[in-house]
Parts: sequence; structure tokens; C-alpha cells
Amino acid sequence: MDFPEEMHYTEEHEWVLVEDDVASIGITDFAQDSLGDIVFVELPDVGATVEAGKPFGVVESVKAVSDIYSPVTGEVVEVNEELPDTPETVNTSPYEDAWMIKVKLADASELDELMSADDYKEFIQDN
Amino acid sequence: MRYLPHTEEDIRQMLDAIGVKTLDDLFVEIPAAVRMKRPIDLPEPLSEAELLRQLGRMTAEHAAAPSYSSFLGGGAYNHFIPAVVDQLASRSEFYTAYTPYQPEISQGTLQAIFEYQTLICQLTGMDVANASMYDGASSCAEAVLMSARATRRKKVLLSAGLHPEYRQTVKTYCSYLEMELAELPLATDGRTDLAAATRLVDLSCAALVIGYPNFFGCIEDLKALGEVAHGAGAMLVAAVAEPVALGLLKSPGELGADIVIGEGQSLGLPVSYGGPGIGFFAARQKVVRSMPGRLIGETVDSDGNRGFVLTLATREQHIRREKATSNICSNQGLCALMVTIYLSLLGKQGLRELAEQNLAKAAYAKQRIALLPGFSLPFSAPDFNEFVVECEKPLAPLLEKLAAKKILAGIPLAKFYPAMDNRLLVCVTEQNSREEIDALVAALEGGAA
Repeated sequence: MDFPEEMHYTEEHEWVLVEDDVASIGITDFAQDSLGDIVFVELPDVGATVEAGKPFGVVESVKAVSDIYSPVTGEVVEVNEELPDTPETVNTSPYEDAWMIKVKLADASELDELMSADDYKEFIQDN
Repeated sequence: MRYLPHTEEDIRQMLDAIGVKTLDDLFVEIPAAVRMKRPIDLPEPLSEAELLRQLGRMTAEHAAAPSYSSFLGGGAYNHFIPAVVDQLASRSEFYTAYTPYQPEISQGTLQAIFEYQTLICQLTGMDVANASMYDGASSCAEAVLMSARATRRKKVLLSAGLHPEYRQTVKTYCSYLEMELAELPLATDGRTDLAAATRLVDLSCAALVIGYPNFFGCIEDLKALGEVAHGAGAMLVAAVAEPVALGLLKSPGELGADIVIGEGQSLGLPVSYGGPGIGFFAARQKVVRSMPGRLIGETVDSDGNRGFVLTLATREQHIRREKATSNICSNQGLCALMVTIYLSLLGKQGLRELAEQNLAKAAYAKQRIALLPGFSLPFSAPDFNEFVVECEKPLAPLLEKLAAKKILAGIPLAKFYPAMDNRLLVCVTEQNSREEIDALVAALEGGAA
């Protein structure tokens, strides 16, 4: 299982990649592997506001429907429009093709609360 | 059905097993102030023979549809039900009101529901239908909530011609949700005012909800209303209280509806006390994941044999808890079965012939009543088996006189529309013979003179 170093991670199994003041968000390799085949993804609209710790979307696998929680607060500036039509990319490319939303950070200090790749690896081993 | 009585000894053993002394001990958690302290006020037990006699006497006092000439519609319709519907639905393999909770073991039940869904799709012109809901009104409320989920908007426009009880149910469902409900007024011809709809719809609208036929029996211009809705990115919800009309009318699906809901009582269920009802619910494939209720899907098992499963259950309440698409985890299984049998018996041609009979008989009654002095037809829109009559004189005494002649002439509209004081909603189905219609016309003529 792969956990890129440059990303931040949450206990709800989302990843965040920050470029300038925009954060890309998706779910981790561990999350997609636990959920199984993803059949549906529901995302917010551009312009919506997301809040750290609050759900912003839904992933549905053959086993379960799960909320996706936003790791950060801010305005959604871009949404992966292709993802709802190709939900299987969450399984095949969780960190690249299956990015979900891009959020303009309202408070960059929220990133300090998130885990590094090493911390996250430890976290999923302990749980 | 098996009846299993329990003896004093059985009760004592059960109480011992759970460690309480008396039956009353089971209720100590309920505050004493709200507990009834006296025994329920019931007469002494009767023998079977006495009971049957008493029930027979009570039944004879009822105004049941077969002993009256009934011209009552308004959401519950008196249609003929072939005996085979009850006969097949009463088979013990089928005789349960519920979707099974260990569903895949009951392949027969699932297949029946799958066939039901298929028939509803054919009838409404839609892609997917659920396993059914309580009744037309609750389906309508679920459609309103679904439109808000699918469009992420909060405002819904309800036509004033939508069944008043459906509108009331929608209001109840929405009471504690952040929804905005507004009314689309009627035009003078009895249909939803298209110009007003165009004016009222905006980018915050999730849906327009339109009766088809509407409560006055008028056939709405769904196509035009659909264009108005879609122009603003809203959905068109068609509410069909009398699905027999779909035997003749273009299906809502063909006319652009996004969700079609309705009452299935017309299709094989009796009108006793207005039901039981069964809500049907159909939608387009692209919004299937926002749909409430249960869905049965067809698949193949590991040996390649055809089989049936519950599908998309991951969005239901028992899995998704408070985030489920609705709080419906069951369906009207037995009623759905009766609808399935009824529609299978009639077939496409039979349903069309039935609808033609309804239309012809209602047209005859309408024409005859319109010719009576003191009566007129306020609405000019095309209709199906129901129409509104306006009476110059007060309605209540007239209706009373007719009821004494065992004629139930229609539903006074003032109950739902206070401004429609002297208007009567008259329904004519294939159950009303020409003699009955002529007797109604004669009685109206005599009563109004």
C-alpha cells in the first residue's frame, strides 16, 4: 500500500495535497482497499463551502456507503467532474486520477492538525 | 393465519423467565401519570356465533360501494377486480405484507416485486421503479424530498390542482426540513396556470409537482410544464392518482417527467374505507441513487441462473442510518402483488379498453348533467373519468336527498377549496352502468328543480 510523503492524512482516511493555498482532497489507498469496488461518488458543486471535520461527499462501494470528511475549511474551487462517471478510478488511482475536490484554504494552520505519511501508516497499523 | 392464545400458566412462565412478578411490572418505566389505571371499557367476550351475527348487523349498516350507486373518486376509484386477483394473492407463499428481511431466500416474492417494478415502468414511461410505498400521498412527499436531494435545491412548487391530501402530506413531511413550498395557481380552464408557472419558477426550484390527471380530473399539459421546469434546471414530478388514465394518455415519461409517483389502488385494490393504498414511484436511471425505498434487481447466480436480489440497499436506513435516502425500509408487498396480478390480467390492450370505457361513460354523464337547468361545467380542460359540476343551488341538501336514494353523487369541493362552494367532483368508472348514470341525472334534475 502506498502513502506518498508529500501528502497530509486524516483519521477518516482522506489525503490532502497542498499547492500554494489550494488543497486537493481524496481518499487513501487504505480507504479504497477497505471499501472494495467503488461504484458511485457524490461530490459538492464548485462554490460550496466545506468545513474541516464535516462531510462533503459520499463514496459508495458494493459493501457500504461512506461519507467523505473534509480535512480543511474553505471554498470548493474545482471538482473532479469525471469521477462520478468513472468511480472505479478511486480503486485504481486514489492519489492522482481520483482526486475529488480542490479547496481554497481559509486557514492554513488546520494542516498542522493532520498526520504525515509515517504517522498515518502507524495509525492504520494501530487500528 | 394461526392464532396462538396463551394461558395464565404460559404468562407466569414468561414472567418468571425474565424475572418480573406481574404484567404491570413491565410498564413501570412509563410515568404513572400517563398510564391508564382502569381496565379498557370493552363488552364481555362473545361466542363465535354471536360475534358473527353482530358483525353481520354492523356490516349491513354500512354504505358499501356495491349497495350504492357511487360516483365518488377524488383519489380512490371504484374499479372491478377480477376474483383471480384475491385468489392468487391469498396463496400462502405470497401472503405477507412485507418485503422479506432475509430477502434472497424468497425468490418468488422478489420476482413478483421485480415484475411489479417492470409494469410500473411501462405504465409511467420511466426507467426505474421502486418496490412501492405506503400510498400516493407519501410517494408524493418522497418525490419532493428526492427532487431536493437530486438538485440540491430547497424550493418546490406544488400545483393547486394537485390532490389536496397529497399537498398536506408533503407539507407534513417538510415541516422540520429547510424546504420552501409554494403554490402554482390554476388557470380558468381547471389546469395549472402555465404563465404563472413560467413566472414563479426560478433557479432555486427543485421541482414542479403536477397532478396527471389533476384533482379536478383535468389533463394537465405536462409537456409544456416540463419545459418550464427544465428551463430552470428543476425536475417535473407527475402525480397520478388515477393510473387507469394512463391506459389512454401519453405516459408522463414520454412528456418529460423526471419522477412519476401515484396511487395504485385503482389497479386491483378495493375502495373499502378508501384503500388500502399503494404508492408507486418511478424515476429516470440517472437519479436512481437519490430514490427512496427498496429496489429489486435481476441478476444471475454463480451457476448462471436468473435470480433476484435487493439492490442499492447500501443507501437504506438499516445500513446508512440517519443518512439514508428515506426512512422507508419496507414496501406494500401484498398490494404490489395484487397490482401485478391485475395489470398482468388486463394487459396493454385490456387497460386501454378499460380506460376507453371510463372515458366514454364519464363523457356521457358529463354531457347529460351539463344539459340540466341549474348545472354547469366550470372547467373546459380535457378530462378522463372525473369532472367538476357547478350547481346553482346549495349542494348539501341536494347530496343528502340523493344519498337517501342510495346515490353518492360526488365529492363537494368546498372541503378542500373553500371558494368552490357549490362545486361537486363527479367520478364515473366502468362500474357505473348507463342506468345508474341516467338515475343520477334524473335525481339531480328532480333535486335541483
